[in-house]
Amino acid sequence: MNAACDLAIIGAGPAGMAAATTASELGLATVVLDEQPEPGGQIYRGIERLAATRPRHLEILGPDYAAGLELTRAFRTARIDYFDSAQVWQVEPAEAVNRVFYKRFGSVGILNAKKVLITVGAMERPMPVPGWTLPGVLTCGAGQTVLKANGLGPGGNGGRFVLAGCGPLLLLLAAQLTRAGIKPAAILETTFNRWAALPHLPGFLAAPGYLGKGLGLLRELKAAGVPMHKGVTRLAIKGDTQAREIEFEWGGSLHREPVDEVFLHQGVVPNGNLAWSLNLAHTWDDAQRAYRPTLDAWGRSSVASILVAGDAGGIVGAKGAEAMGRVAAFAAATDLGKIDHEACERQARDARATLDQHRAARPFLDALYRPAQQWIAPPDADTVVCRCEEVRAGEIRRLVTEQHCPGPNQMKSFVRCGMGPCQGRLCGLTVVEMIAECRQVPVSEVGYYRIRPPVKPVTIGDMAAMDVAVRHDAVGL
Amino acid sequence: MFSLLPDTPRERLNVVINGKTVSVPPGFTAAAAMLLHNAGATRTTPINDEGRAPYCMMGVCFECLMEINGEANQQGCLVIVSEGMRINTQHGKREVQA
Repeated sequence: MNAACDLAIIGAGPAGMAAATTASELGLATVVLDEQPEPGGQIYRGIERLAATRPRHLEILGPDYAAGLELTRAFRTARIDYFDSAQVWQVEPAEAVNRVFYKRFGSVGILNAKKVLITVGAMERPMPVPGWTLPGVLTCGAGQTVLKANGLGPGGNGGRFVLAGCGPLLLLLAAQLTRAGIKPAAILETTFNRWAALPHLPGFLAAPGYLGKGLGLLRELKAAGVPMHKGVTRLAIKGDTQAREIEFEWGGSLHREPVDEVFLHQGVVPNGNLAWSLNLAHTWDDAQRAYRPTLDAWGRSSVASILVAGDAGGIVGAKGAEAMGRVAAFAAATDLGKIDHEACERQARDARATLDQHRAARPFLDALYRPAQQWIAPPDADTVVCRCEEVRAGEIRRLVTEQHCPGPNQMKSFVRCGMGPCQGRLCGLTVVEMIAECRQVPVSEVGYYRIRPPVKPVTIGDMAAMDVAVRHDAVGL
Repeated sequence: MFSLLPDTPRERLNVVINGKTVSVPPGFTAAAAMLLHNAGATRTTPINDEGRAPYCMMGVCFECLMEINGEANQQGCLVIVSEGMRINTQHGKREVQA
């Protein structure tokens, strides 16, 4: 029997880093596994290297990004084991000891852990529009990733680009690029019902900084003279082998812009495949229009040894994720008998109050940027829904209405939808929304894909080599 | 087209994209190297042979599958470049080699 660490944390974004730092202070033998070569997750992507090698870019990215430096510093000095560049492809839950299978630098390792905390963050909601598979079309998150990690920006050689969709990230990326001297040709905003957000304004105003930041971004874009078209109702990207033109409906008429790049965004949703693969109970969150693992106030899931924190458990934003990471670390320490309930309640008070504050800001943002139906269930029959298997919207509708295909897993049998390399990550939500729309039932009744491990690519050779794999059992504490 | 912002360090290393040697800053992923060098489609799909290119840059979409140092189907956005790395676009399905 191999020795087990107390807590395995999967993901080194704000939730994972904060959880690891807190867990180590509470005396838990903690191991963090993260897919990226550096800590920070997507929100603080590449921050250590950026601060060291191109500090002037910190101004472009802004103070919210720079704030990640403090968190990464605390993480680096915490007494934990940190495996960067480690892809977790399966977690085998068990009451006493979970087994975490991961791949790192070409070999497979197994980590035994009494508790597992999933902090794998968010991904962008799929935004299927005609032409979204063309080279030159990326997500806003991708645009921001290359800006942070590589100092790369679009619009080189006089190229033109637009940002299309809605959500805080879209405005933030537009402002960051503008600061870098790279001006978008246009912002095509799809927000459709501002008034619906109004009742949630008090919670938003109570959370520190949100309103000022949002208005600040809008002011910045206006001052820079970035054309913003609000209330765009239809989008199509055209091109032969590359995006060349974007066609959009705005103000009741059709417009066209020549483009080299298009950045799409329709909010973020939990990055769910690992949680689904563990069969954790999930809840349909209608305000966020996404599934999230069903959790107690401390991040405990329906499986006793598994916890979830940060955006992976429902979107809370970077600061909320950080607070929730700490809260979950206290819960793990309590469950493992390192602290008692009373100490847990007392010590976690600040983190819980911070989390509540950030949670209170969400309903306003969720309502303001709630995607309109045409962005989550594409009306055009020709729009690709499953990018991997190239299944189009018309085919999915036809199978539901004519063949009575009831759910996403039956859809797999019909057309292999969701069975390509991305394992449904980029079509899952669209497919369940479309089935629900056709059947005229709530999405919660349609369910979700049954996700099976491995949730990351692993070869037969990797699996065969497992018996001789290096086992990182003993934790250096 | 993607290009480097001002105030980016000058250090470079060489990688070979589709047989052509190009220079990229250290710390780049293979997918970012493809964007910098304007590679366009980095693979064609197994179903309809459609051209695709990096889309999410964070490991979830699997559009940036490419051949790296002879091994096909690598997620280009998760592989950090090293000196002399050979990066190739890949076409259609993998085939069994006799």
